[in-house]
Amino acid sequence: MMSRAEKKKKREKMIEEQGLIYLDKVSKSYSTGAPALNGVTLHIKQGEFVFIVGDSGSGKSTLIKLLLRELTATQGAVYVMGQNLAKLRHGKIPKYRRNLGVVFQDFRLLNDRNVYDNVAFAQRIVEVRPREIRKNVPNILKTVGLAGKYKAKTKQLSGGEQQRVALARALINKPAILLADEPTGNLDPKNSWEIMQLLEEINEAGTTVVVVTHNREIVNAMHKRVIAMRKGVIISDEEEGEYTDED
Amino acid sequence: MKIRSLFYTLRQGVRNIFRNKWFSLASIATIAACLFLFGLFYAIVSNFQHMVKTAQEGVSVTVFFKEGTTEERIGQIGKLIEARTEEVSKVIYNSAEDAWKEFSEQMNFGEYAQGFPDNPLANSSNYEIYLTDVAKQGQLVEYLESIPEIRRINRSEVAANTLSGANLLIAYVSVGIVVILLAVSVFLISNTVTIGISVRQEEINIMKYIGATDFFVRAPFVIEGMLIGLVGAGIPLGIIYALYNKVINYALEEFPTLTSLLNFLPVDTVFSFLTPVCLCVGVGIGFLGSFVTVRKHLRV
Repeated sequence: MMSRAEKKKKREKMIEEQGLIYLDKVSKSYSTGAPALNGVTLHIKQGEFVFIVGDSGSGKSTLIKLLLRELTATQGAVYVMGQNLAKLRHGKIPKYRRNLGVVFQDFRLLNDRNVYDNVAFAQRIVEVRPREIRKNVPNILKTVGLAGKYKAKTKQLSGGEQQRVALARALINKPAILLADEPTGNLDPKNSWEIMQLLEEINEAGTTVVVVTHNREIVNAMHKRVIAMRKGVIISDEEEGEYTDED
Repeated sequence: MKIRSLFYTLRQGVRNIFRNKWFSLASIATIAACLFLFGLFYAIVSNFQHMVKTAQEGVSVTVFFKEGTTEERIGQIGKLIEARTEEVSKVIYNSAEDAWKEFSEQMNFGEYAQGFPDNPLANSSNYEIYLTDVAKQGQLVEYLESIPEIRRINRSEVAANTLSGANLLIAYVSVGIVVILLAVSVFLISNTVTIGISVRQEEINIMKYIGATDFFVRAPFVIEGMLIGLVGAGIPLGIIYALYNKVINYALEEFPTLTSLLNFLPVDTVFSFLTPVCLCVGVGIGFLGSFVTVRKHLRV
């Protein structure tokens, strides 16, 4: 039986050798059809900014769900921060997810609460002191450009503003990894760019950012690592890559 | 879990009721309607049973003794009858003197009663025997008939049979209806709670994605369910409590001739059963319904 210190050391070694996110020959099949992922191997290093691109049905969303530990791999292993997610017990999943910030295309905000409560909720679940929450929430709202909107109901906000709230909620606990699933899918070009600039700033501050997107213009303009998927396999993986018609 | 998180989940449970006003109102209305019907039926049935029981308690068997039976032997027989506690609840001895006195008073003989040198009812000393259960009258009479000194046994077989049958019928019917009403209430209430929570699956998913523990997600829903159950049970209890004495007073005023028959239970007696049952059903189903339903959606 390994001690806690030994486990930590093993995880750190795994991160160093394989990256912060490591998929080892991962396949995922649903009971209803063809495999969503088919033998995917992938390494994402700490501090990287990665785009995952591909058409519908290419396996991008399944990949995000595996990283969120919403699903488990049918074959192979998914390691995040040196931890094999298949071995994570149900009771440990919440604690694991607190290392991730998640942003969705449809924002997924608690619409019956205001901006402040939506962001503060993420701190309340990790039992941060109320005094600190009162300090942290305005700070993060300022970072995402919503300093004056903390009392507004989320439904009163524009799409871009709602996505900023989602981003603030994802970032307030200082996650190691930020997963963004089509973060600009419901936004106009101006708001899309503003959100991407925020993501870039977050990445520059040290957070590993994984963005799943269809938006060629953004991918091609940002010159980041691009992983292209088709029918459950990685068809290209390039540093400063481009999202082309072939992808 | 820290105390502040506990208080936070409690506060969220209360706030959820107001956030989801229509669901809360629908749930409270369903619970209140079901438990009102249940409470109303229980109040009627328990009073009816009480009236039958009171009528039963008034049914007695009277035994008279043969001429020449000594007072000592009559006393011994009285003790034997009293010893049969399974059938006998109370035994009252009426001596021949008591019987004559009562009769002469009833007939307004006044001083003419002195004109009788001997007691004309000399052989009428008797025992009035009250039963624990009218259904046991036959059994007691069989025993009394085996005592040779007993001359006559007065009983009312029709009253005993009718009351005993009515009591049994009420018991069966009321238990049946109470069980059906409770089952319907449980089904309706748990369905309402289930539907109300299912439409908020997205909210549960969001909390889970952010890293909330099952307890943190579930606790506000469970508190919300319990509070809705509590309010839903409290409303019919309050209405029935307020109406109970008014209805009784109305019935007694409108039908004064039936005063001796309409022997109602005091409101506290009815509520000593109704209150815990309604609160347990309301709060219990609110708790279980929300607990089980949220659990289904926690597998995210």
